[in-house]
Amino acid sequence: MSILIDKNTKVICQGFTGSQGTFHAEQAIAYGTNLVGGISPGKGGSTHLGKPVFNTVYEAVAATGADASMIYVPAAFAGDAILEAADAGIKVIACITEGIPVTDMLKVKATLQTSYPDVYLIGPNCPGVITPGGCKMGIMPGHIHLPGKIGIVSRSGTLTYEAVWQTTQTGLGQSTCIGIGGDPIHGMSFVDVLKLFKDDPQTEGIVMVGEIGGSAEEEGAEYIKANIKKPVVAYIAGVTAPPGKRMGHAGAIIMGGKGTAADKFAALEAAGAKIVRSPADIGAAMKAYFPG
Amino acid sequence: MNLHEYQAKELLQQFGVAVPRGTKVTSQQEAVEAAKALGGPLWVVKAQVHAGGRGKAGGVKLARSLQDVEEISGRLLGSTLVTKQTGAEGVPVHALLIQDGVDITNELYLSCLVDRSKKRIVFIGSSEGGMDIEEVAAKSPEKILTIAIDPIAGIQPYQCRNLGFQMGLGKDEVNQLVKIMTGIYNTFVQKDCSLVEINPLIIADNGQMMALDAKITLDDNAMYRHKDTAELRDPTQEDEREHIAHEIGLNYVALDGNIGCMVNGAGLAMATMDVCKLHGGEPANFLDVGGGATADRVARAFKLILSSEKVKAILVNIFGGIVRCDLIAEGIIQAVKEVGLTLPVVVRLQGTNVEAGREMLAKSGMNIMTADDLTDAAKMAVAAAAK
Repeated sequence: MSILIDKNTKVICQGFTGSQGTFHAEQAIAYGTNLVGGISPGKGGSTHLGKPVFNTVYEAVAATGADASMIYVPAAFAGDAILEAADAGIKVIACITEGIPVTDMLKVKATLQTSYPDVYLIGPNCPGVITPGGCKMGIMPGHIHLPGKIGIVSRSGTLTYEAVWQTTQTGLGQSTCIGIGGDPIHGMSFVDVLKLFKDDPQTEGIVMVGEIGGSAEEEGAEYIKANIKKPVVAYIAGVTAPPGKRMGHAGAIIMGGKGTAADKFAALEAAGAKIVRSPADIGAAMKAYFPG
Repeated sequence: MNLHEYQAKELLQQFGVAVPRGTKVTSQQEAVEAAKALGGPLWVVKAQVHAGGRGKAGGVKLARSLQDVEEISGRLLGSTLVTKQTGAEGVPVHALLIQDGVDITNELYLSCLVDRSKKRIVFIGSSEGGMDIEEVAAKSPEKILTIAIDPIAGIQPYQCRNLGFQMGLGKDEVNQLVKIMTGIYNTFVQKDCSLVEINPLIIADNGQMMALDAKITLDDNAMYRHKDTAELRDPTQEDEREHIAHEIGLNYVALDGNIGCMVNGAGLAMATMDVCKLHGGEPANFLDVGGGATADRVARAFKLILSSEKVKAILVNIFGGIVRCDLIAEGIIQAVKEVGLTLPVVVRLQGTNVEAGREMLAKSGMNIMTADDLTDAAKMAVAAAAK
C-alpha cells in the first residue's frame, strides 16, 4: 500500500502538449506511470506521446476512466484547470504550476472545500507526488527514489529530493513522497498528508520538511502529538532567514514575528518528533529507528 | 512589491477610501507650491520610503509655515532615512508627500491580509491605532479583532458593522467604516494585494474617517495582469542586487554574511544558508536559480554573487531534478571565464547527470573545490571564507 496513487492510478496531464507538460509526461511514462492521455483545448482527437489528446477533462474521464491529473498549465490558467479537474470527477490533482495569484487560489480553495470536499489537491507550486516504482505525477527525478517504508511530506522541491536521496542511500526507501507546495494558499496541508500516512501500513516512518512562514508545521506538530505513533523526523528550513523577506516561495516569509523556524522546531520537538538541524542528517536520523 | 504611501492612497481613493488632501513632490519648490495650494495653516511633510518606523526616524514632520515646509523638504529630499526596518544603510528619500494637517479625535487600526490558516482574506481592526500593532497584540490581545471574508460572497456590510461596533464606534462612524472596508476589500481583490494596512485610520475633528497613513504590498505573482500597478515599482527603494535579480528572474535576498550561496530550489537555498551558519559561517545571500536553470542563468547568478564585496567564498549547492548538473557545471565554467575567479568556490552537485557535471568541473582546470554532501561542502566554504 501507498497513499493517494499507485501503479493502477489512471493519470492524465493538463497542459499536455506544452513544453513542460510534454517533458514531464514523457518522464512519467518512462517511469512506468499509467498515463492514459492528456488535455489540450482545441487539440482534441490528436495523439501526443502515443496517448490520446482531449479538449476537456470531462472527455478524458469519459474515455479513459482517469482518476488523477497532473497540471502543467501556465499560472494565469491554473486555477481554472484545477476546478475543471475537480468538476470532471478527478480525485487526485497535482498542480505543479508556480506563480498563481493568491486571490485565485483563495477562490479555488473555497470552491473545493464547499463543492468538492473529497478531492485531494496537491500544490500548487510543488514537485508533485510519487509512489516509487509505481506512479510519478510531478517533476521529481524518478531515479533517486526506492520503493520502501518512509513517507515524505515537504513544502519544498529540492529539499524533498534531499530527504528522498538519503532514505534511498540508507536503504529505507519511500512509500509515497508529497511536495505540498510553497504557496501561502495550497491544497493538502501537512495534517492532511499525515492522516493518510498514519493509516498506511506500508509507511513505517515519516519525514516532514517544513520552512518558515505560516503555521502549517505547528498544526502538523499538534496532529503528530495526538495521533502519530510512527517515528517522525522533521527539518525546518530558514533559521537564518530575515523577517519580512519573501524567501523564494511566496509563502516563505516571517510576518509580525510569526512563522519562524525556531517556533516550528520547538513545536515539532515538543510533539515528539526527532528534529534535525541540518537536512544532511535526515537519512541517518531515520535510519536510527530501523537498525539492521 | 511595495508601494509608497502616496501611491497606496491614490489607489485606495479610486475605490472610495477617504484620505487627507495631499500632493507628492520631488523638489523643495514643488513642496512649497503644494503647501500653498493646500492652504494650511498646518501641513505634514512625509518622506516617501519603503519602510515603516518613519516617524521615529525623523521622516515625518509637522510644518506650521511655508518656511517650515521649505526647510524640512530641503533637509529630507536627497537624504537617507534609517529606520528600525531598513538596516544601517537606510533608504534614500527621493519624494515627499505634503499633506493637509488634520486635527485628530480618534486613532484606529485597520488592515487587510491573507490568513493562511483560515484560507481567507481577513480584516484586523483595533481601537488602538497609531501604535505598533504587534505591540498591541502582545499587551492587549483582546483589542485585536478579526473578521474573515468568504472569497465567493465577498465582503458584506454586516461584517463591517460587526467590527465597527466592537471597536466602540458610533452609528455614523460605523457607516463610514463600511464604505472604507468595502473600498479596501475591492482594492485588495481587484489589484491583487497581499497587504493593505491603515495605521492610523483616524476620525478628524469634523467627524470624517480617513486613512492618515497607508501601506500596500502587491502580490508579485499577479503583476502580469496589472500593468498599471507594475509601473509603480521604485527600484531606488530596493537593494541594488535584489533589483537586478528581479530583472533577470532570479530569487535573491541580500544578507549580512560573507559566503555567497547559489542553490536550486527555495527550500534547499534556505537550508544551505542554515547549514553554513550551523558550521560557523554566515551566508551573504539567499539565491534560488530556479527549476529551469540554464547555463546562462547560472552565469548571471554567479556574477551577481561576485558583485558583492562582502563575499569571501562561494558555495554552489545543486540537487539536479529538472536541472541537469552538467548544465550547471557549464554555467559555472562560463561565468568564471567571463568574470575571472578571485574567490574560492565550493561546488556540491547531486542528482541528474551528476557524473558529467563533476567531470566537467574537474577537467576545467579551474580551482573549484567539489564536495559530495552538503555538510562537507558547507564546512569547506566556511573554512575558505574565514581565511
